[in-house]
Amino acid sequence: MIPEIGHYALILSFCFSVALGVLPMYGVYRNNGLLIWLAKPLVAAQFLFIAISFGFLTWCFAVDDFSVSYVASNSNRALPMIYKVTAVWGAHEGSLLLWALILAGWAFAVSCFSRNLPDDIRAMVLSIMGLISVGFTLFLLHSSNPFLRLLPNFPADGNDLNPLLQDFGLIVHPPMLYAGYVGFSVAFSFAIAALLSGRLDASWARWSRPWTNIAWVFLTLGITLGSWWAYYELGWGGWWFWDPVENASFLPWLVGTALLHSLAVTEKRGAFKSWTVLLAISAFSLSLLGTFLVRSGILTSVHAFAVDPERGLYILVFLGVVIGSSLTIYAVRAPTVKSHAVFEFFSRETVLLFNNIILMVATATVLLGTFYPLIYEATTGGKISVGPPYFNLIFAPLILLIMPVMAIVPQILWKRSPTKDLIKKNIIPLVCGAAIAVAFWYSGDQEVAGGFDLRIGLAIVFAAWLFVSIVKDLADKIGLFSDLSAVPQKIRLLTPGYYGMILAHAGIAVCVIGVAMVSTYSVDKDLRMAPGDQVQLGDYQFEFKGLKKTPGPNYTALTAVILVTDESGKQWLMNPEKRQYPVRRNQMTEADIDPGFFRDLYLALGEPLTNGAWSVRIQVKPFVRWLWLGGLLMAFGGFVATLDRRYRMKGRGV
Amino acid sequence: MNAIHKKRLIIVCVGVVAFAAAAGLVLFALNENINLFYSPTQVAEGEAPVNKRIRVGGMVATGSVQREPDSLKVLFVVTDYENNLTIHYDRVLPDLFREGQGIVATGKLDQNGQFRASEVLAKHDENYMPPEVSDMLEKRGVDATGTTAKP
Repeated sequence: MIPEIGHYALILSFCFSVALGVLPMYGVYRNNGLLIWLAKPLVAAQFLFIAISFGFLTWCFAVDDFSVSYVASNSNRALPMIYKVTAVWGAHEGSLLLWALILAGWAFAVSCFSRNLPDDIRAMVLSIMGLISVGFTLFLLHSSNPFLRLLPNFPADGNDLNPLLQDFGLIVHPPMLYAGYVGFSVAFSFAIAALLSGRLDASWARWSRPWTNIAWVFLTLGITLGSWWAYYELGWGGWWFWDPVENASFLPWLVGTALLHSLAVTEKRGAFKSWTVLLAISAFSLSLLGTFLVRSGILTSVHAFAVDPERGLYILVFLGVVIGSSLTIYAVRAPTVKSHAVFEFFSRETVLLFNNIILMVATATVLLGTFYPLIYEATTGGKISVGPPYFNLIFAPLILLIMPVMAIVPQILWKRSPTKDLIKKNIIPLVCGAAIAVAFWYSGDQEVAGGFDLRIGLAIVFAAWLFVSIVKDLADKIGLFSDLSAVPQKIRLLTPGYYGMILAHAGIAVCVIGVAMVSTYSVDKDLRMAPGDQVQLGDYQFEFKGLKKTPGPNYTALTAVILVTDESGKQWLMNPEKRQYPVRRNQMTEADIDPGFFRDLYLALGEPLTNGAWSVRIQVKPFVRWLWLGGLLMAFGGFVATLDRRYRMKGRGV
Repeated sequence: MNAIHKKRLIIVCVGVVAFAAAAGLVLFALNENINLFYSPTQVAEGEAPVNKRIRVGGMVATGSVQREPDSLKVLFVVTDYENNLTIHYDRVLPDLFREGQGIVATGKLDQNGQFRASEVLAKHDENYMPPEVSDMLEKRGVDATGTTAKP
């Protein structure tokens, strides 16, 4: 009965989505107050029933109902309860249900926190989100139903969850990422509603900004968590592979970042209006494209689920409908939008325009690199892959171009900015930056560095410059060097928007230092080690003591005991594991990581060799934590910026 | 042509030149960094370039994995059930590497027609076949075990 109730709730939710997609929109068109009013209850009903559906699927997992095909293929009696619950989104059907749930959740959030929106705009936004919901719930019901039964002969035990996914990272990574992907549907719906109503003004930008910010925060967290998960779980110590599916999450992030900045110009200065709308459409379209990439399996990737051409085709058609119809609306309505703002070359507008150009170039190159294998195969029939060097080659100069801009942006004013102060104000930060970079250079282990790399050197100089200039700007603004008694008051006067900006930009600096250090100074060695063998790597000595058997809940593990000695003679043990999961006959490398603020030690067991020896991979990775720390800072900055009080005030067009 | 038109023309020209330069650089970077995929038969027929970074793949032949006793060096044979290719590797093999499994390797072909891999990929899913390998086998009309598929 339980799965059938879940299925039934899903169908009901679908019906409410259809009603939501049609009725309020028609109400706005006919100016019918009742139909416009209906938007809110319909959103609530849609959300309620999809939540019930999701709850019942979770229940099926919790009670081991293996008569449900999806549960049977992705769970097992021996699986710990926490993983039974998270296994709900461990494969295609469930993760799609999570997508639809989060989409309905965002719509519900918009309906709750939109008291400052005019009723008709709110109805249109919710209606558009309802239409997107229709697409996804129909997809679930049509070709990805998670409630299908295996009757009458169902298995006594399930096929277990993919061991890679039995991990804390998977509990949080997909929901965060999806919240980000789906969150851009709000910005998208606002943009389409603004185009349809013709009210594309500063208040529209002010309504969109907090929602775009929050979606961006989730996406940033999702990507950061994904990178962290890949680092410790895949057993190779890599943190970014330029894998098609990673790129698929990075593309909406790049466009979303451009959107955040472009929205700022539209709100404050009324410029870039139609460009902002186009970005909002692109950000959501790229999120859909990402979903399509993961689901269809057309690109080789570590993330690919089982390939099903029918599903791929459905998403492709859906993508075509969404992009096609939104671009048509854009083409018809955008020419009526005029931006009247004027600004001079040295102004904040120009700087943000530059930011947008760089981010668009980055988006275009990642998009090209990701889809080039498909284009190549279609035109020549040959199979290729695009290697990470391509992406690195393009990204290094782009980062180097954008960092100085971030360093000077707090000192540049809207509309017109005097140039003579700019150089004077930046001499100190730039000199400090160079000094810090030299210090970094000497702190690194030069034997393993493999020579000086100009790009890496510049990256560290610029990151340090950015950081110092942020700190200096903050100190200037709160008057730390002039009137100390006024400091507390000045701290309060600065807006959350400003604090958010400097936090997020500092996050970029931290992240860039992490990338530069870990890709220059990492030491990485694959070795054959028998019990008693010792090896020196960087400042550390590793001794292979032996192996022991460790039982787990649904696996058995061989645990290596490795004694690590550092320069000062401090000793500790590390225990990388090799796990055997009997149900799927899978083998998993469970790396042991000794984390640190300035370096990680990363040990992974390879395979058994002759005479009790094992292949072992040992890595010393300096500053690798800074990557994710930077990501967290960016996300926190985005969150702080959302707290700005003006987003909560009643909007009246400017 | 008045001053405004002239200014616009200059802006457009600069834009076009900048765009062309950027696109040229990107395409150059792309062409330098694509890795073409070759099947063992294509390698045997001499289609694959020597000493250039390429990708090869196939099923790991049963009984072909040989290890050197004192190092990590390993050699194994991948097959498309028509031709074989010997692959040398000296790093840790992935978890799912085993005989009878489809793999893809990135590396260079040496003068003796043997492959020096810098990376070996086997996916973390029992049912998963690298798409390159399954396409290749499909073209040969065999399934993953080398049995000729029924028409």
